[in-house]
Amino acid sequence: MTTKLFGTRVQRVEDQRFLRGQGRYVDDIDAGPHTLHAAVLRSPHAHAKVLEVHVDDVLDLEGVHAVWTYEDLADLSAPMADPLPLLIPHPTLTHARTQYALANGEVNYVGEAIAFVVADDRYVAEDAVGRIRVDYEVLPPVVGIEAARSATALVHEDVPGNVGARMEQSNGDAPAAIAGAPHVLTLDLTVERSACQPMEGRGTVARWDRDIDRLTVWSSTQTSTGVRAAIAVKLGLDLGQVDVVTPDVGGGFGVKINHPWPEELLVPLAARLLGRPVKFVEDRREHFISSAHERGQVHHVEVGFDDDGRLLGLDVEFWHDHGAYTPYGLIVPIITSTQLLGPYKPGAYRVRFESLFTNTVMVTPYRGAGRPQGCFVMERTMDAIAAYLGKDRADVRALNFIQPDEFPYDQGLIFQDGRALEYDSGDYPASLEKLKALVGWEEFPAFKAEMAAQGRQVGIGLACYVEGTGVGPYEGAHVHIETTGKVKVATGLTTQGQGHATVFAQIAADVLGVPLADVQVVTGDTRRMPYAVGTFASRAAVMSGSAIHLAATRAREKVLRIAADALEASEDDLEITDGVVSVKGAPASSIALGTIAVLSNPLRYAFDEQSKMATQFSVGDPGKPPVAEDDEPGLEGKDFYSPERATFASGMHAVIVETDPLTAEIKILKYAVVHDCGHLINPMIVEGQIHGGVAQGVGGALYERMAYDESGQLLNASFMDFLMPYVTEVPTSIDIDHLETPSPLNPLGIKGAGEAGVIPSAAVFAAAISDAEGFSITSMPISPSELFALRRLHQEEPS
Amino acid sequence: MSEELHHVRLHVNGVAHDVAVPPRRLLSDALRHELGLTGTHVGCEHGVCGACTVLVDGRPMRSCLMFAVSAVDCEITTVEGLTNADDSLGPVQQAFLECHGLQCGFCTPGFMTTITAGLEENPSPTEDEARDMIAGNLCRCTGYQNIVKSVLRAAELRDAETTRAQP
Repeated sequence: MTTKLFGTRVQRVEDQRFLRGQGRYVDDIDAGPHTLHAAVLRSPHAHAKVLEVHVDDVLDLEGVHAVWTYEDLADLSAPMADPLPLLIPHPTLTHARTQYALANGEVNYVGEAIAFVVADDRYVAEDAVGRIRVDYEVLPPVVGIEAARSATALVHEDVPGNVGARMEQSNGDAPAAIAGAPHVLTLDLTVERSACQPMEGRGTVARWDRDIDRLTVWSSTQTSTGVRAAIAVKLGLDLGQVDVVTPDVGGGFGVKINHPWPEELLVPLAARLLGRPVKFVEDRREHFISSAHERGQVHHVEVGFDDDGRLLGLDVEFWHDHGAYTPYGLIVPIITSTQLLGPYKPGAYRVRFESLFTNTVMVTPYRGAGRPQGCFVMERTMDAIAAYLGKDRADVRALNFIQPDEFPYDQGLIFQDGRALEYDSGDYPASLEKLKALVGWEEFPAFKAEMAAQGRQVGIGLACYVEGTGVGPYEGAHVHIETTGKVKVATGLTTQGQGHATVFAQIAADVLGVPLADVQVVTGDTRRMPYAVGTFASRAAVMSGSAIHLAATRAREKVLRIAADALEASEDDLEITDGVVSVKGAPASSIALGTIAVLSNPLRYAFDEQSKMATQFSVGDPGKPPVAEDDEPGLEGKDFYSPERATFASGMHAVIVETDPLTAEIKILKYAVVHDCGHLINPMIVEGQIHGGVAQGVGGALYERMAYDESGQLLNASFMDFLMPYVTEVPTSIDIDHLETPSPLNPLGIKGAGEAGVIPSAAVFAAAISDAEGFSITSMPISPSELFALRRLHQEEPS
Repeated sequence: MSEELHHVRLHVNGVAHDVAVPPRRLLSDALRHELGLTGTHVGCEHGVCGACTVLVDGRPMRSCLMFAVSAVDCEITTVEGLTNADDSLGPVQQAFLECHGLQCGFCTPGFMTTITAGLEENPSPTEDEARDMIAGNLCRCTGYQNIVKSVLRAAELRDAETTRAQP
């Protein structure tokens, strides 16, 4: 057998083109010499009626080809005048609202699209946008959860109380359990808004090919099949007339799973109607004010526990700010409400939430997708219990862990995929022991005393999470062994930097016994795999990895069947090494994969020397059909993976921070991660995912927030003012230890790893800063000036 | 309103290109769209993220903050110019490959041009100096851990190359 690639630190095959500047991101796509460029007029008001849009000054501008407002859409394509799709309906989402491709008489956030201009280049298109005048009647804006709850103003006049959804789930009678508990604590906790901010924003290119009546769209998306279906419906085309190709994508982190963006429809519409390729690539300000944000929630917790700190009842009520519209349904708050439980048995549990409209950018998943908030809430609760009882924080957690012999463990709730929240496997006590050793938990009190003697203030925190990964419904794969022996793999979900071309090739190469260099992987191209869902919920490795394993296994079965026939041997006696099938123990009796591919496809016409052996006078039993009834030509394998439910990865982080006694500056001294995503396909890539997640987590905990003023203006909509970490803000090293508890739900025992690094950050930093300062941090992110203010508050009124 | 075009010669990666551009055309846009050198990426268009960094007469420059017409008479190096003469990966590129210094690859060209200039100035950086070298560029994927390693590895590779080149 060729050396097994699964589990090894294989260098990434996609890096060659990226390193040479030959990546093809959406703005690099050259759709033809006559490509036109689009720009969008966006609302400067958070809430206003759009009385009239004056475009007369624009049309006579040289180089402008089209200017559209809502009034034009119905004539261009009737479905374009309807609101954009509600992607994920839910019975409790009683007041769902989605925006129009162009504002229909009303705008509900700064940045909402009002008019669309197509011109010779982006410069001219922006000139044109600058000439459009709009008459507005400004309405009172609703900004923030408090304003939404007070409902003194309404975002949508037909949505009472600004409440889009009210949802409740419970397992047992939490209020009764809490009432009967020896100890009860209440906590009020807040997490502010943040956003994905991939280095590449959104962008779409479209070309209508009138010769074949067909549309090709390139979009920087996390779901090419979703975009394809939406475009076909909105443009009134057959699905078979629309191809969506996801080129290289410069990061997604969740924001690019939402679709279709207005521009994802307007660009192809313009390409079709104007008969020329059209491109739209947003700028950074547009990404801030017209894509999506996440995170903003306020929680109220009541918890009952016994003298040891064992949870008896947990009652959580929270308010989720979903912004102006709800295209992505309730996924984020449902995840918060379920994944909040982490690795713990909560006793009785009740969770209630309201999902609220505000006049701000809409909320859709950002890496972690509601889990960072849930983890923050649960872990702050654990710390509060430990502090109240005077117990070690790790001990209180360990006491409440689900034990390794209790899997599968059903939390008695419904998860984000409509399926049971049932954990498949894990070993939380082992993870905790690893983490304590990695960070030096037992040694920390001595270190803290030593630092205190020098006048320095340090604190340690830990936080645990469980992440449902690899949700359905399915992914598929197609594996084709060509007559050269090269293997072409296609899977439909998309890639934004996770190294899929490498890890998927590792899986296929292992099954087929070919060198890695002979495997080429294509993702996110509907021409190659039209059935797919997308890349989100840490699902790519689990879903497409499993599908590729299955599809490659089918191809291997056919390889062995044909080879056994050709070599007159039993399939059981064959092995495949370096692309050659041979009889075990008799290597001279062998046949190359490429030759088997030739034999798999009976030919009338030869196209080269080798293919002559498959022509009609060379092969086949004249008494039988050339292709058997239950067979098909070609050396291919196709399969789909559709699991019953998600697989649950887990992990724990610890951080040691130092807080400056004078300036309240927060410095990271040590960061430790224990991560269990089942079997690792490529540890180098998994560690890279963790590094990136931790850095985003540091940003979310200490720096990043969306600074809206009371009128709904986003004050920090640039990289100057929205503080994403540079190298100077991240830990100088991240200590990582893996635990590999395989998932029983898929053939490779893998669990997702993409989002994990960011989930416990707010929790772990709040814990460490609380430990350093001696008072509890209840709102994240936290800046030095906020910490400074909290110090003063606690000095004035010692708790 | 027809825009006045300026006929200028841009020297990029050792090749002279004659282009006609409006005065307001950014150098980043001219490189990408006039010359087809799309390896230079635009991440923020206000000079903060560093993705569009190119070398102008050997010094790192944000090409989104410079007009194409201002780059006349300058020697410009983009990511496409970082490979060796035999088309193998240059030391900084090779280091990124070995150290898994990139994920989505969008910010990578800006880092690599910045590091190329940085190593020219300081061929043997300490880890702290490696951090300083890249402290003006944003990456959203890697958490910078492996980019710091890439800087140190690039210095080693560059050093080995220099040693080899000496008779």
